[in-house]
Amino acid sequence: MTVALGEADMAMVRTRRVPAVARGDRRPWTFYALAAVFTLYVAALYGPMICIYILSFQDIRGGLVFPTKGHSLHWFVDLFTQVRTGDVKGSFDRSIKLAALVTVVTLVVSLMAGLAFRRRFFGDTFVFYLMIGSLVAPGLVLGLGIGLLFQWLGINASWYTSALGAQLSWTLPFGVLVMFAVMSRFNSVWEEAARDLGATRWQTIRLVVIPVLAPGLVAVALFGFTLSYDEFARTLQTAGSLNTLPLEIWSMTLNVTSPSLYALGTVTTIVSFAIIGGCIAAIVFINKRRGVRAATH
Amino acid sequence: MRQPNLSAWLYVTPLMLVLVPFFLLPTLVVLVASFFETDGFGGLLPTFTLANYADVLTSAQTFHLYVATLKFAVLTWLFTLIIGFLVAYFLVFHVRNQLLAIGLFLICTIPFWTSNIIRMISWIPLLGKEGLVNSALLGVGLIREPLEVLLYSGLAVVIAYVHQLTIFMVVPIFNSLARIDKRVVEAALDAGASRLDVMRYIIIPMSKSGIALGSTFVISIVMGDFFVVKVMSGGGSASVVSAFYENVGVLQYPIAAASAVLLTVVLIAVIALILRVVDIRREITQ
Repeated sequence: MTVALGEADMAMVRTRRVPAVARGDRRPWTFYALAAVFTLYVAALYGPMICIYILSFQDIRGGLVFPTKGHSLHWFVDLFTQVRTGDVKGSFDRSIKLAALVTVVTLVVSLMAGLAFRRRFFGDTFVFYLMIGSLVAPGLVLGLGIGLLFQWLGINASWYTSALGAQLSWTLPFGVLVMFAVMSRFNSVWEEAARDLGATRWQTIRLVVIPVLAPGLVAVALFGFTLSYDEFARTLQTAGSLNTLPLEIWSMTLNVTSPSLYALGTVTTIVSFAIIGGCIAAIVFINKRRGVRAATH
Repeated sequence: MRQPNLSAWLYVTPLMLVLVPFFLLPTLVVLVASFFETDGFGGLLPTFTLANYADVLTSAQTFHLYVATLKFAVLTWLFTLIIGFLVAYFLVFHVRNQLLAIGLFLICTIPFWTSNIIRMISWIPLLGKEGLVNSALLGVGLIREPLEVLLYSGLAVVIAYVHQLTIFMVVPIFNSLARIDKRVVEAALDAGASRLDVMRYIIIPMSKSGIALGSTFVISIVMGDFFVVKVMSGGGSASVVSAFYENVGVLQYPIAAASAVLLTVVLIAVIALILRVVDIRREITQ
């Protein structure tokens, strides 16, 4: 997953794109077959999600399946006013705050780790495998371990302590792996030039490294926010008495059988899409401004 | 050589400050707890007993749970691999416009950044007894009664897994395919290789690392999951972790810890087997 955006387009730029399989202008039959597979895949990816968005806009007679009955915002109102569906507003609030916190920590820590991993150092393999272990460890098991650890230390579990740590153990490996991909494009000559010109270490990072890496850092932030905002397994045992949004959705799937469940799905997906759209727009904007500058200088 | 070590360690200190208390120590806590006894009220008695392991290893249920979990893991792995490879191959080798390829790639990745739970429950209106698939099949007269196996069954579990995890195959395979120098393929074709030969002797061997990386993700997630199994099987199937969750629910921490340790050992063995194919560190950091 991780090595996502940055490296993907980079790899494509590196190798010149010669249409290898199809020579001339006629496409082979495999093109049409694979295009069909791809279309089906995307349809299956988005189709079900679109279904629940549509179903969430039914009126009070609405049920969990098609056909839709009327159009209204009834279930959205229901979601935020009904007490029986739980504390949606509070958990939404907590999830956003927690995700913002996780994003900031993930950004700073991943950037620093990314800088460290450019060269080999004593114990780097240990750190690397610790990180991979943290990434693939079953979330529920890790959650139990963190819960027991806090219990033994006599600290109360809560969303801003144990759950924050549990989520970081999941977002940081992703963040650092994205940084690896970003760093592989970073030319350390710029850094050396800055130092030769008398910049301090901090100035070099602030004025050279961070601006150069900006698009990659936006990608790290995107991973940090969305992975935290949707995290479930690690948070379940560590959030203490107050729920985050995914935990709230989870308890709703077990006892709510009205379209307000879908309404919540629609609301949380809108938030996710806003974040994703904002990050992609930021990356495009930064790259475009760079292109203009490069052209004018 | 001392200087780079010191500053590098300074830079990874914050990372270690998270990984040690929130990964390393909790893992050790679970390991230690697996040798303890429970007092029956959620407390732990610090003794040394192997009874928890004896319980876990000798119970027939453990065996069935592992068989069920491995079945889901293998089926999911197979389908995500086939679909993921075809999608990645299409994007890299058939989409000629580079911007379009990146755009389509983004379309595939966007759902990854949205809620897994929501994507899972979104299958309910499709697969349910009165869902779209059943209505469509009834409509065209293929079946007379709604199919019950679509939702709350093993089939639904595999569908939900494949839906969620194919992206974990697409991205690493896409990356390794995009690194293949297209001139190699051209040369092979010029030398008279058929397109099947190109696939067999160039494309698949060179995408091995991506496949291994994707497989690691998919298998470790399926084996560590419980909530897809719980919701999509409707309680009909269990997995290793869902049994673990039940044990935690009734405060049987030592037994849960022992089964968690066993799962970790099995998981490490499976991943080690996959990673014999590829040096994951070189693959990721290069």
